[in-house]
Amino acid sequence: MRSIEGRPGRRRLGSLVAAGMLSLAVTACGSTNTPSGPTLQQPPTANMKPQTSIGAGENALNLIDWPGYVDRTWTAPSVASFEQQSGCKVTVHDAQSSDEMVTLMANGGGGQWDMVSASGDADLRLIYGGDVKPMNPALIPDYQNFDDYFKNPPYNTINGIHYGISLQWGPNTLLYNKAKFANPPTSWSVLYDPANSGLVTVYDYPIQIADAALYLSKKSPNLKITDPYELTQTQFNAVVSLLMQQRPLIKKYWAGASDEISLFENGDAMVGNAWPYQTNQLISDGKVQVADTIPQEGATGWGDTWMLATNAKHPNCAYMWEKWVSTPQVQAEQALSFGETPVNKMACGVMESLQAGSCKQYHADASAAYFQQIKFWKTPIATCPDGTNNCVTYDKWVAAWTTITA
Amino acid sequence: MGGRLDDDHGVARSSRINRGLRPKSGRALPFQSLLWRRPWLRSAALLTPPLGWFVLVYLASLALLLVTAFWAINVFTTNIVQVWNLDNFQVIVSDPTYRLIIGRTLILAVLVTVTDAILAFPFAYFMARVASRTTQTMLFAAVLLPLWASYLARVYAWILILNHDGVLNSTLRSIGLPAANIGYTNVAMWLVFSYIWLPFMIVPIYGALERLPDSLLEAAADLGATRWRSLRDIVLPLTLPGVVAGSIFTFSLTLGDYITPTLIGGAGSSFLGNVIFNNIGIANNLPFAAALATVPIAIMAVYLFAAGKLGAFQAL
Repeated sequence: MRSIEGRPGRRRLGSLVAAGMLSLAVTACGSTNTPSGPTLQQPPTANMKPQTSIGAGENALNLIDWPGYVDRTWTAPSVASFEQQSGCKVTVHDAQSSDEMVTLMANGGGGQWDMVSASGDADLRLIYGGDVKPMNPALIPDYQNFDDYFKNPPYNTINGIHYGISLQWGPNTLLYNKAKFANPPTSWSVLYDPANSGLVTVYDYPIQIADAALYLSKKSPNLKITDPYELTQTQFNAVVSLLMQQRPLIKKYWAGASDEISLFENGDAMVGNAWPYQTNQLISDGKVQVADTIPQEGATGWGDTWMLATNAKHPNCAYMWEKWVSTPQVQAEQALSFGETPVNKMACGVMESLQAGSCKQYHADASAAYFQQIKFWKTPIATCPDGTNNCVTYDKWVAAWTTITA
Repeated sequence: MGGRLDDDHGVARSSRINRGLRPKSGRALPFQSLLWRRPWLRSAALLTPPLGWFVLVYLASLALLLVTAFWAINVFTTNIVQVWNLDNFQVIVSDPTYRLIIGRTLILAVLVTVTDAILAFPFAYFMARVASRTTQTMLFAAVLLPLWASYLARVYAWILILNHDGVLNSTLRSIGLPAANIGYTNVAMWLVFSYIWLPFMIVPIYGALERLPDSLLEAAADLGATRWRSLRDIVLPLTLPGVVAGSIFTFSLTLGDYITPTLIGGAGSSFLGNVIFNNIGIANNLPFAAALATVPIAIMAVYLFAAGKLGAFQAL
């Protein structure tokens, strides 16, 4: 379970993307009416027709994964049992960040890699970089059992084309010390309340700006924020100024899961944003009484996807792997070993049998209304919700985050 | 250094003399006799591999990095665009954020250096001039012992000491004093840096003190100088190069660190290294990171020049 130590990097949005794409960095504030931007362009591999059947395996499968995503300690079923059934020998490279994944895929374009378990913040770069190609969900029987949201999430499905099959997801929750907050907080406002000065911790990453934007979208409706990842300069400035006001309240910006766990256990932090992993770890350690919640404003979250490399040398093995990781048993096992939520609704029962109460704990039984509350990570790009190109690109987010935390 | 130069001249001179006495018979192997006839060949053969390595791996990569600083990235692909411009440097100079971070890094590096010099001097003095041979060996081992443990383990140990419910606060509370909440602050960083780099200051000062001739102190005593007087007029001036040599380590190590600020620092503790790391690791903006990296290089160049003037390189 310490594999989570590698995880902080994962949410590194890497480079993101680029960015944004488009040169907008320079013209972001200018107003061009010509819509441009990645969401309106066709990815380079859009016209590659995915295979319609799974042929004989190629005896090998080379994966890039988050540490813990291909876990040899899984038992029911084990990775070894997949290798036996499929004849595909699995080799794995653990990546520490989205950035590393994108770099590996771009530099391994000759077919060194077959699949990558990328997060939403890396997906667009991989798709628009031409490093991954469309997949055929019809070949994955369990796809029908996926929660509807994860059949076509915007981070891996563009214009109806699936550049990968969803895997797991998790929300960024509000974590608090129960002794300090006798009345459970219901709003992100506790993170901006001067009464909690010196007790707050938030994730040290530019994408954290989206959490503040989400809060402002409810608190200041006159700003008209509809998507926390697509902000005009005015909206962005308002969000940055809120984060500047928050800065004196911060005990420490946490860089990794273990950071935040020790901040809570040592009494340095009482409230902050977190992943479910930290909550579970703190509860099982039992040193402090904590709980987490998704406040009334909703929350941000991440979604991971297995994507198929454009030049994959072992595509049939890749589809066999995709079938295998989508089964309720593997989905449940990965969710529990990692502390995240499966996209296959059938995994709920398996999770319960492995660890009573875990289905509810990880929200694997969540209703469609629940997903409406979760704004999944994606790369901030120039294209705004209204189709104009005035939105602030990710490179500006990085610069602003440096200023906020300096 | 001066001594070594003299030796070289000596060798050159004697080899010229030797050439005149060259034996006429061909007893020596051809290669050996070639080296013997052309002494510069021997030096060249000896120096080429390390020099080549130094130039290729060190200087060339540094030059490449500096060149990159004058390029830009395409914000869409984050690929490097080889268009010459000064934008990166302009941002560093004009954006108050970077001035703040550079200033913080610099001030802390100076504070840590001064603290370590003050702590190290009496310790090194005791080791070099007061302690018995056995005590000296034991103290030396004690100074170097922490270097055997992982940097991370030593930093984490300080987190356990300084945090809210840590050893420091619980000790203070048990003796009835108010808690000192210095965990995750710049004060904490100052403490931890001073602790971690202390051995790098002690060793050069110890070396300088050990080379101090007893005769000078005896002469001073004979002439009626008090202990303070000989410390001020003899010990300090003669060991200053050692202090400066140690300060090169403590200053440059603090200047370039980014792990301690991440682990020990609180809100508002970013170092130059953190910003460089973020620009490579998150933004993939290598040109801007390269431009930032020139700042510590420039600072160290000035520092090393001054240190050289103070004779630090003879004390190393």
